[in-house]
Amino acid sequence: MRKVAIYGKGGIGKSTTTQNTVAGLAEMGRKIMVVGCDPKADSTRLLLGGLAQKSVLDTLREEGEDVELDDIRKPGYGKTWCVESGGPEPGVGCAGRGIITSINMLESLGAYEQSEGLDYAFYDVLGDVVCGGFAMPIRDGKAEEIYIVCSGEMMAMYAANNICKGIMKFAQSGRVRLGGLICNSRNVDNEKEMIQELAKKIGTQMIYFVPRDNDVQRAEINRKTVIEWKPEAKQADEYRGLAKAIDENKMFVIPKPLEIETLEQLLMEYGLMQAA
Amino acid sequence: MLLRHTPKEVTERTALTINPAKTCQPIGAMYAALGIHGCLPHSHGSQGCCAYHRSTLTRHYKEPISAATSSFTEGSSVFGGQANLLQAISTIFNVYNPEIIAVHTTCLSETIGDDLPQIMKKSIDEGNTPEGKVVIGASTPSYVGSHVTGFSNMVKAMANIAEPTGKKNGKVNIIPGWVEPCDMEEIKRISAMIGVDITLFPDTSGVLNSPLSGEYTMFPKGGTTIAELKGCANAIGTLALGEWCSADAARFLDTKHKVPCSILDMPFGLKATDRFINALRTVGGTTVPEEITDERGQLVDFISDMHQYFYHKKVAIVGDPDQLISMAEFLMSIDMCPVYVITGTPGKRFEKRIKEITKESPFPVNVKAQGDMFLLHQWIKNDPVDLIIGNTYCKYIARDEDIPLIRWGFPILDRQGHQYFPTVGYKGGIRILEKILSSLLDRNDRDAPEEKFELVF
Repeated sequence: MRKVAIYGKGGIGKSTTTQNTVAGLAEMGRKIMVVGCDPKADSTRLLLGGLAQKSVLDTLREEGEDVELDDIRKPGYGKTWCVESGGPEPGVGCAGRGIITSINMLESLGAYEQSEGLDYAFYDVLGDVVCGGFAMPIRDGKAEEIYIVCSGEMMAMYAANNICKGIMKFAQSGRVRLGGLICNSRNVDNEKEMIQELAKKIGTQMIYFVPRDNDVQRAEINRKTVIEWKPEAKQADEYRGLAKAIDENKMFVIPKPLEIETLEQLLMEYGLMQAA
Repeated sequence: MLLRHTPKEVTERTALTINPAKTCQPIGAMYAALGIHGCLPHSHGSQGCCAYHRSTLTRHYKEPISAATSSFTEGSSVFGGQANLLQAISTIFNVYNPEIIAVHTTCLSETIGDDLPQIMKKSIDEGNTPEGKVVIGASTPSYVGSHVTGFSNMVKAMANIAEPTGKKNGKVNIIPGWVEPCDMEEIKRISAMIGVDITLFPDTSGVLNSPLSGEYTMFPKGGTTIAELKGCANAIGTLALGEWCSADAARFLDTKHKVPCSILDMPFGLKATDRFINALRTVGGTTVPEEITDERGQLVDFISDMHQYFYHKKVAIVGDPDQLISMAEFLMSIDMCPVYVITGTPGKRFEKRIKEITKESPFPVNVKAQGDMFLLHQWIKNDPVDLIIGNTYCKYIARDEDIPLIRWGFPILDRQGHQYFPTVGYKGGIRILEKILSSLLDRNDRDAPEEKFELVF
């Protein structure tokens, strides 16, 4: 089983990208479990057709520690298993600990056992690796490949670089590796070239360039992935392409995060190219 | 009447524990770690945790408990405890030079998400852990489970250093669970009599019941050695005594190194000891010698001689799941009636098991996992018992309700003897019965009217 974690700046489209990619992989016949690690519990909405999911931590709070696997995972599009870790209300408690608790619980309930026949487990992780809890999915024995969703916007690239620092720390003692950057386009000038260059400097690849398309919005309003909502759409093919690229990916590296000056310089170069 | 505010009426409580029947995970982890020879336990958290855990163990075992701490500050909580632990490992090996450091986490380090395996690996990579020395680690947040969980987690971490050589060594692993140092000694004595070569881990005998010789040694001579722990992977079988304390480690050795395991109850009382002896004989391929049969016979003799004084006496028992299961069974087997059974450790299986054991009881049985002493006191107020068996904290209830108390379990803070006189095995059974009988008959002598004051029982 391949265990994949998706990181990236908040609002960059991690959940959307993850679910559409998972739909693409499911279409290829892969058996996948998606674990949403965001207190908002919206990482599986498109696969489930709505926010029907009761999160692991809600279940734990209401029913105590005697939880069954089927209480916390729901079948979604393409025979995927969907789990939401959930978390506290905004402003209270510790969301990071919530992720540790729920991943430990999934393990002890046997969600990752061979008998479950999974090809992939996807962790969709909130924003940045802000604390130890949010690094749980990349501890040794958990996710082994990471993809960072980013765009040509400065803050997204900053975040991607920062996440690489977290990965580097865990990669030195464990098996976690960076599989690549997924560029979720924001129509920034020279975006593709800039992300390719950033990837190269970090020592990885831009695994796919997902163009911006309003079909994603339309599918979301319908609570579906693009692949389910409009299989013939051009954007559906893009996600199929990303799914295929991940499925066939062989490039796994320990990232070399950039110094802030280098990152700024990269932005300057590509930004100025546009100005010129 | 120290507990005079305890009301008789039991109301449902969901968000409040009063006088808990459990303590922190790290206390269990620390006790287990002391059963490794030459081990310095290390508490990865703030200093207060370590101080409390050490002093609780000292109060029970009346021995100095050495343990180190990562000494978290505000800064460590923000930046993570990695730097502190790396520094600690290096300092400990330089200054105290133990064979092994057993790290356990605390609530704080767990909540900030310190990843122990990653930090320990780093300490090897950076040369903080010298060649030939070992660091093991267990995750022990106190907001999960209880001291029993912490014990079990550390025992599992001990099993984790087992290294297969590909050749069986003919030994049997015995995981005794959280019992007294003298109980561990007794298990070794019984195994030797049956002629089975065992590795007992953890083994706190010779560590926490060591003699006063006038010379202080930081690492007493007792404890399971690292070589023995490594050899666990080559054993012909594992007997885990107690589902809560020992099963995880045994199952780990079974899954990882194909060492077949049997999960047994702790050998307190007649039947549980019978099962232990039988399992040991079977896995070791030996026969039970006459001496053991004689010890058993003595216990049976005691039971039959004094049965009338035990018959239908009602008992409240408090403590940890594995101990209570065997104790409830023992009491039932001598026609005493455990009517109230309380543990602070979570686990619904416990309640089920106790109900099974007591199903023939003539009285209704109240059992609660994740219960507390307050609830026990309320039950007793509604319908009193003849005897309480539990730790020192029961003395408040015993005094208020004027009920005899036998101190058994953890912690015992106000009496002596528990480190020296075993309660496991047949001889241990005799010891338990002696205590029960003395308590009941002392009470009888105290309360008997002059015309019924007997010289002979």
